Amino acid sequence: MTRDEVLAMAKKNLGNTIIDFYEKSQQRVSIEVKPEDILETTRVMFHDLHARFQTASGVDTPNGIEIIYHWALDPMNCVVNVRTKLKRENPVIDSCANLVKATEWIEREMWEMLGIEFTNHPDMKHLLLKEDWPEGKYPLRRDYFTEIENKKTTESETNEARHD
Amino acid sequence: MSFAVNALTRSLNVFHLAGSACNNCDIEILATLTPKYDLERFGLVLVGSIRHADLILLSGIFNKKSAIRVKEVYEQAPKPVVVVAIGGCACSGGMFRDSYNWDQPVNKYIPIDAYLPGCPPKPEAMISAVVKLITKLRGKKL
Amino acid sequence: MTKRTIIPIGPYHALQEEPEFFKLHVEGEKVVGLEIELGYNHRGIEKLSESKHYDQTIFLVERICGICSTSHPIACVQAIEDAGDIEVPERALYIRSLIGELERIHSHMLWLGLAGHFLGFNTIWMWAWRYREDVLDVFELITGNRNHYAMMKAGGVRRDIKSEDIPAIKKMIGNLVKPLTLFKNAVVDDPVIHARTKGVGTLTAQQIIDYAALGPTARASGVLIDVRRDHPHAAYGLVDWDVIVAQNGDVFDKAVVRILEMFESLKIIDQCLEKLKTVTGPIDSNPREIKPGEGVGHYEAPRGEVFHYIRSDGTNRPARHKVRAPSFMNIVTDREAVIGQTVSDATIILAAVDPCYCCTERMAAIDVNSGKKTFTSADMIRLSQAKTEQVKKQLGAPGPQIKLL
Repeated sequence: MTRDEVLAMAKKNLGNTIIDFYEKSQQRVSIEVKPEDILETTRVMFHDLHARFQTASGVDTPNGIEIIYHWALDPMNCVVNVRTKLKRENPVIDSCANLVKATEWIEREMWEMLGIEFTNHPDMKHLLLKEDWPEGKYPLRRDYFTEIENKKTTESETNEARHD
Repeated sequence: MSFAVNALTRSLNVFHLAGSACNNCDIEILATLTPKYDLERFGLVLVGSIRHADLILLSGIFNKKSAIRVKEVYEQAPKPVVVVAIGGCACSGGMFRDSYNWDQPVNKYIPIDAYLPGCPPKPEAMISAVVKLITKLRGKKL
Repeated sequence: MTKRTIIPIGPYHALQEEPEFFKLHVEGEKVVGLEIELGYNHRGIEKLSESKHYDQTIFLVERICGICSTSHPIACVQAIEDAGDIEVPERALYIRSLIGELERIHSHMLWLGLAGHFLGFNTIWMWAWRYREDVLDVFELITGNRNHYAMMKAGGVRRDIKSEDIPAIKKMIGNLVKPLTLFKNAVVDDPVIHARTKGVGTLTAQQIIDYAALGPTARASGVLIDVRRDHPHAAYGLVDWDVIVAQNGDVFDKAVVRILEMFESLKIIDQCLEKLKTVTGPIDSNPREIKPGEGVGHYEAPRGEVFHYIRSDGTNRPARHKVRAPSFMNIVTDREAVIGQTVSDATIILAAVDPCYCCTERMAAIDVNSGKKTFTSADMIRLSQAKTEQVKKQLGAPGPQIKLL
């Protein structure tokens, strides 16, 4: 199948779920869907289009939290960015980990870094941060860095360790 | 020269301890031991267990998760033990000082005897550091 | 019923950017489960990148991994170029591919040496690392540093390769063919290595697709993914080379894929050097600004596809920088590969996706029921090495022979 045929198939199978379809260039295509349609979109990308899951990027924007699922169509030299926008106050989305195993770890990472809740995730726990990382502190949120700097100025210096 | 220092400086058992490093200092440490540079000609041997260590080569920053573990490993080493911080990260934190996962400077956890900056230090620099360290331990002038 | 024991492996060790803590669940000699824990090496690079401008970002991503220290910058500059629609001069493309392939050779040599060490052939370790130094010498000649070459720049490369250096580089690269052939023969034709690695840690093509594994791990199982071929970038569309693929998906095939890939890399380097003689012009398009938008960059690192996503808001700093390294996808496959294998094979299976050495140097087995330490780090490697000795005796073969050149 050529690139245009595959994209036409994606449009047909996704149907009304597409909010926005934009071709930046021959190699980069961007599709926006509603958060509640993400499972269906993932199924179409993985099973119908046989795309390879590259990764997902969570972005904290002024208008809410955005997740971009990057899918590679290797034979067609094309990367499809499937994006969805969540509310900042209550970011909840279905987990794709039961559908595509490769998404399991990246969803854990987005949960601890951006505080996105993934419903029905098989094994949700900290991936990169320590186990007792304070709840509600998400490093990749825009408002996080100030907290660290505040802590730095108030923290008293501890003494250097010495030889026994 | 005390018996301990004499025994220590004849044949150092090296243990290589990595905090949160980018791997490059660790590779250069191993490269120092392989045939081209051959640190073993000074009697240095890489050992697999901290219980045998005389010299700890420390690389990388300490992050919030690894700091406690590295400190635990250091406490298991038989004393006296000499610690060398290898690379810019272990010496000062380098470019990771502003990170949210950066814990504290390495010397807040482990007393460091020698600093070897560089990103990464070349094997020649490591050999020179070890030779200087041995000279210093024997109480001779550099 | 056999007692179930947990063997913790790790935790921290300098893997690429993801050191892991493995918990092997074993029943007797058989591995029945694997838990993986990450985070001992997490340095928050994605957040740090948002506080650096585009030129500094490249030096930051270079320090993600010491072995892939040109793969991340290439992917990063491609993401920036994609976001800002920046053109790259042709000469710069050849230099990018040249540096990338040199790195692939030194990385695969490094893995080969360590795999030899885990199997009990320290000779292979020492020899592989000795010839790896020759590649590092080429790096030192071109870039001035053995590691962290700092060659990439959005819009081109930072340094040119002088035409008077090309014959010397060609000679140094030519000298690598003989040792590489020697390694190929030593590893590929050896009955002891066959016995230790064939049918061990097998991954099927379906597992690879499910977990979206990458690089030599995928290609050893017959899944043809190579970003260099599928999404042509740098000079890979302009030179002639082949993608190496094997079918069985075991440790042996992973080793073979890596060894044969080194020969392809030599081919690419040779053609790039030839082209550099004739293709002249600038090496850098000197972009002045990055317009708002987003860009994706990917590059086939020695371990698989490195993926960078950059969002620009028109300022001189990225608004979001997402990095995904190949091991993030590959390590998960260990969960499938290690089940049903013996403990003495676990070392080489966990090493087969090309993580690093330190993991296996810090192992300790603890009996869950009594909490007593039963065997330690060095024992794991010793176990693996002892098995090789046993296989050697059974086969009556001496193991890989390396003849002096």
